[in-house]
Amino acid sequence: MSLTLFLILCLNGLQYGLLLFLIAAGLTLVFGVMGFINLAHGVQYMVGAYLIFAFTGLTGSFWLALVLSLITALLIGLLLEYVVFRHLYSRSHLDQVLATFGIIIFLNELAKVLFGPATLSIDTPELLSGSIQLTEQLRYPVYRLVTIGVGLVVAVGLFLTISYTRTGMLIRAGSTTPEMVSALGVNVKQLFQIVFGVGAMLAGFAGVIAAPIFAIEPGMGDNILIIAFVVIIIGGVGSIGGAFVAAILVGLIDTLGRSLVTEALGLVFNASMANQIGPALASMLIYILMAAILVFRPKGLLPAKGAT
Amino acid sequence: MMDRGALIGGVIFALLLAMPVLLPIVGAEYLTGLLIKAMLLAIAAISLDLIIGHGGMVSLGHAAFIGVGAYATAIGLESGIEEILVLLAITLAVTGGLALVTGTLALRTSGVYFLMITLAFGQMIYFTLTSLAAYGGDDGLTLWSLATFFGSDIVQEGEGLYFFVFAALFLTWLGVWRISQSRFGRVLRAARDNPQRAEVMGYPIARYQLIAYVIAACIAGVSGLLLVQYAEFVSPSIAAWQRSGDLIVAVVLGGLGSRNGAILGAFFIVIMEEFLSSIFHEWRLIYGPLLVVLVLYAKGGLNDLLHPKSREAS
Repeated sequence: MSLTLFLILCLNGLQYGLLLFLIAAGLTLVFGVMGFINLAHGVQYMVGAYLIFAFTGLTGSFWLALVLSLITALLIGLLLEYVVFRHLYSRSHLDQVLATFGIIIFLNELAKVLFGPATLSIDTPELLSGSIQLTEQLRYPVYRLVTIGVGLVVAVGLFLTISYTRTGMLIRAGSTTPEMVSALGVNVKQLFQIVFGVGAMLAGFAGVIAAPIFAIEPGMGDNILIIAFVVIIIGGVGSIGGAFVAAILVGLIDTLGRSLVTEALGLVFNASMANQIGPALASMLIYILMAAILVFRPKGLLPAKGAT
Repeated sequence: MMDRGALIGGVIFALLLAMPVLLPIVGAEYLTGLLIKAMLLAIAAISLDLIIGHGGMVSLGHAAFIGVGAYATAIGLESGIEEILVLLAITLAVTGGLALVTGTLALRTSGVYFLMITLAFGQMIYFTLTSLAAYGGDDGLTLWSLATFFGSDIVQEGEGLYFFVFAALFLTWLGVWRISQSRFGRVLRAARDNPQRAEVMGYPIARYQLIAYVIAACIAGVSGLLLVQYAEFVSPSIAAWQRSGDLIVAVVLGGLGSRNGAILGAFFIVIMEEFLSSIFHEWRLIYGPLLVVLVLYAKGGLNDLLHPKSREAS
C-alpha cells in the first residue's frame, strides 16, 4: 500500500465519519434530551437524498435545491414530531420503537412508490466537480473536500451552540434533569421541537451531501441508522463531543479496515483465504470496537455529564 | 380447573390440528403454506416474548438467531448431515453459543442501550451471513436435499412437515409457559419490574437474564431450522433487522408476556400481510401507519381483547 492510497483512504474515512456525525448528532440529542428512541431518524437521511434529487430535477440548480431540501427536511421532521412523536415521549421505549418502525416502513415504501425501486444518482454540482492536486501524486475530488469542510463547520457550530448559547444550555440541562428544567418555567415542549427539528434537518443535510457520492435508494437510511447507533454507543449517549470523536473513529476504522484487513490477512494466510475472511472481518470491525468499549467503558468514550 | 388462557390456547391448537382436514374440504389447501409460515413466525415470537414480555429486555436483533439457526442447518445439510435431530443439536449449539457471547456483552447494559446493542450484534451477524460466499452470499442458497427424520422423508413436505412444525410450536408454547410460571420466570419478572429489589433479595439477575436470552435464541434457531426445511432455501434477508422489527410487532400486537399473545400476533401479521398485499400492491403504505395507530391507541394488544378484565402473568 502506497502512502498516497493511505492518504486517500484517510480522507474518505474522515468524510464518512463526518457524515455519520451529522446523523448521530441528531440521534444522540433527541435521545439525550427527550429519552426518545427514534428509529425513523435514518429515514430522514433518505428523505434528504430524495429531496435533493427531486428539487435538482425541478429547479435545475443544486444550490437552490439544497436550500429547498433543507427547509423541506426541517418541515417533514416537525410534521412527524407534531403528528406522531410528541405523543410517544412519555411512552415506553418499546412503543417508541414500534411506532417509529411503522414510520420507516411507510416512508421506505413511499419512496419506492414515488421514485421507483431502482437506485438513483445526481451529478456533483458543477462548481465543485473536478479534483485538485493535493500532493505530487495525490488528486482528490473537490466535492469530497468541501463536504469534509462543511462537516467540520457544522460540528464546530453545533458544539459552540450547545456550549455557549441559552438554547444550548437548556438542552444540556434538559438532557440531565428534564423535570427540573420544566419546573423552572422553560417550555420543554418547544425545546423538544427545536431539538427534534434540528436533528431531522441535520440528518436530511447528511442525505443531501451524500446524494452525489452514494446511490439514492429506498431503505438507504436503515443501515446508516444502525451505524449511527454504534457511533452513539461508542461516544456515550447524549454527548455531542462523544458522537464527534466516535463518528470520526468509526468512519476511519471502517474505511481503512475494508482495504487493510484483507491485505493484512494476506500476510498470514494465502490469498484466497484472505479474500474470503477479509471483507467479513472488515465489516465486523466497528462492532468489535463497540463490544470492546462496552466491556471497558460501558458509558462510552466521552459520556455526557450527569447522564444516567 | 382450566383457566381462560389455557382454553384459548387449546382452541388455537385444536383449530391448527384440524386445518389439514378442514382446508381440503373448502378447497383451500394453498393456505397450508401460509399456516406453516405463521407457525414459524409464532415460534420465534414466543421466544422473543420470553425476553421482552417476561424479562423486559427489548432485543432488536432476534431475527439474527433465526438466520444463524437456518444457516447452521443449511451448512449441515450441505456437508451431508441429513438427520434432523443431529441438525437440531448443531443448531442449538451454534445459536446457544453465539447467544451466550453476545448476551454476556449486551447484558452489561439495559434498556435502550440493550436495544441498540442487540441491533448492532444482529446487524453484525447479518453481514457475516452475507459474506458467506461459499454458501450463496447475498443471494442465498437453494437446498437440494432436506433433512430426514430417522432416515424417513416424512418431515420434508405436506402434512408431515405441517405436523412437525405444529409439534414444535406446541412444545415451544408449552415450554415457555412452564418456564414463565416457574421460579425462574418469577425471578425474571421481578428483575424486569425492579432490578434493585431482585438483586438485593440475592438473585443474580444478570445470570437469569442471560439464561433467558440464550433459551430464546435457541428457540429462534429452531424456527430457522424449520424455515429451511419449509422454504428449501436460505438467504441472509431472514436475519435482517426489519425481521426483528416484525417479531416485536407480533409480540406487542399480541400482548406482552401473555400466554397466547405471541401466537395471535404472529398469525395476525401473516394473515394481514397476505390480505393487504392481495388487494393493494403497496400494502406497506397501510401497514406502517397502522402500526403507528395501534401503538397510539390500542394498548395491551390482541390478547386483551380476549381477556377484557385480567392480564395474566404480568
